[in-house]
Amino acid sequence: MQESAIGLAFGLILRGDANLLEIMGLSLRVSLSAVCLSLVLGLSAGAALATTEFRGRALATIAVNALMSMPPVVVGLLVYLALSRSGPLGWLGLLYTPTAMIIAQTILITPLIAALSRQVIEDLYIEYKDQFLSLQLSTAQQIKALLWDARYSLLTVALAGLGRSLSEVGAVIIVGGNIEHLTRVMTTAIALETSKGDLGLALALGILLLGLALLVNAILSGLNLTAKRQAYA
Amino acid sequence: MYRNLKVNSAWFALGLLLLSSGLQADKNHLLVQSTTSTANSGLYDYLIPLFEDSNNIKVNVVAVGTGQAIRNARNCDADVLLVHAKLAEEQFVDDGFGLERFNLMYNDFVVVGPKNDPAKISETNTLIDMMKNIVDAKALFASRGDNSGTHKKEIALWKHAQIDVQSNSRQWYRSTGSGMGATINTAIGLGAYTLTDRASWISFKNKQDYIVLYEDDPLLFNQYGVILVNPAKCPSVNAKAGQQFIDWLLSAETQQIIAQFTVNNTQLFYPNAQ
Repeated sequence: MQESAIGLAFGLILRGDANLLEIMGLSLRVSLSAVCLSLVLGLSAGAALATTEFRGRALATIAVNALMSMPPVVVGLLVYLALSRSGPLGWLGLLYTPTAMIIAQTILITPLIAALSRQVIEDLYIEYKDQFLSLQLSTAQQIKALLWDARYSLLTVALAGLGRSLSEVGAVIIVGGNIEHLTRVMTTAIALETSKGDLGLALALGILLLGLALLVNAILSGLNLTAKRQAYA
Repeated sequence: MYRNLKVNSAWFALGLLLLSSGLQADKNHLLVQSTTSTANSGLYDYLIPLFEDSNNIKVNVVAVGTGQAIRNARNCDADVLLVHAKLAEEQFVDDGFGLERFNLMYNDFVVVGPKNDPAKISETNTLIDMMKNIVDAKALFASRGDNSGTHKKEIALWKHAQIDVQSNSRQWYRSTGSGMGATINTAIGLGAYTLTDRASWISFKNKQDYIVLYEDDPLLFNQYGVILVNPAKCPSVNAKAGQQFIDWLLSAETQQIIAQFTVNNTQLFYPNAQ
């Protein structure tokens, strides 16, 4: 079966199967949007946690770290209850749209970005602290310098977020509904084919999802390397 | 900081742009909460484009278990409900969530199991004997356990045979709490018997050494119904398009088209709206 799945995967790609391209495109669109939003929210929270002193900071850090374990199904359920027509945000009419999927994934990934970036930024902050003091930089200037200097590590953080969002199925299947041509993404398609007993096709889609992740990672790493070369040339 | 702010807002704007592209405001959309068998067998892929083309209405189908479909419709997250649990459907209408329930089509349930049939259920002639054989042989039985139409049917069958499965849930009765396909996959993994609707079984592609061992019993009748969600209860309901879709499904012409739908040269659904 494994061999036929690989053959099937290549066949689908070479044929340029329209349905498949649509599903892959939506997977990318939803995940990249969620990662963009999560970076804004998560990096802000991570930087704040790393550089400011306040009561309960240790507890907040533990809470953010713990939220990394949030089950996608629970996030999906919460977003469903909020966006359902009978829920508080039902009037927006967002349930079963890609937007609902982006919202759910943003909630899922933001804690991951916040927790990982907090560690990265804090490590750097300890190193830079005395310098910051002697230069008398404002908090905003400090955070700017930290984020810039940690950018390569933070790219890996962003990739971790992208990985989680590309691979999760529990949240998007509840709030998206796995509707053909509207909210079907790679993971929900894999779940569907598994439930139809078409394990070969499910596996082929899995291979393609992994290939997609590989492609995105390669592109971002390539950009990263180019940037590094220019920076240190 | 300003540059940082700019970069940050650029990111955010990009995110919002992508977010807003997901928004849609189109009155010609219809949301159907459906059982899985009709979707997974390919009936909708065959049927719905015909409706969409002639009516210029886009039909979006969310395929989940009947229990979840009804719950979603109770939350007003549907225009039309298409499921297979008559009592629960009538309750839905009685509670004011649905306008009227119509018979759409039927087929039947079958019990599938491994070819060697350890409980010898293929040799039984009545449903009660069949179920007693499973109990006596302490053969494994995989239940949906998800409040779906098939699960409700299965519970009714055990009740009919006066067998208490709950007290046996640790021994031979396994509740998977999953959809039909996942439960068949689990049953095959366990070597367990399971109850499935015929449409899901015929279109299922991972049968391995599993075959239908008990069938053609009037007690295994499986009726599908269709209901328009009540716009008085749920103002968001697209009642006009929903009624148009239901009228179309129940029309003599469409009923004929449903009868012509086959998988592996087998008719899966028998229309009975008229």
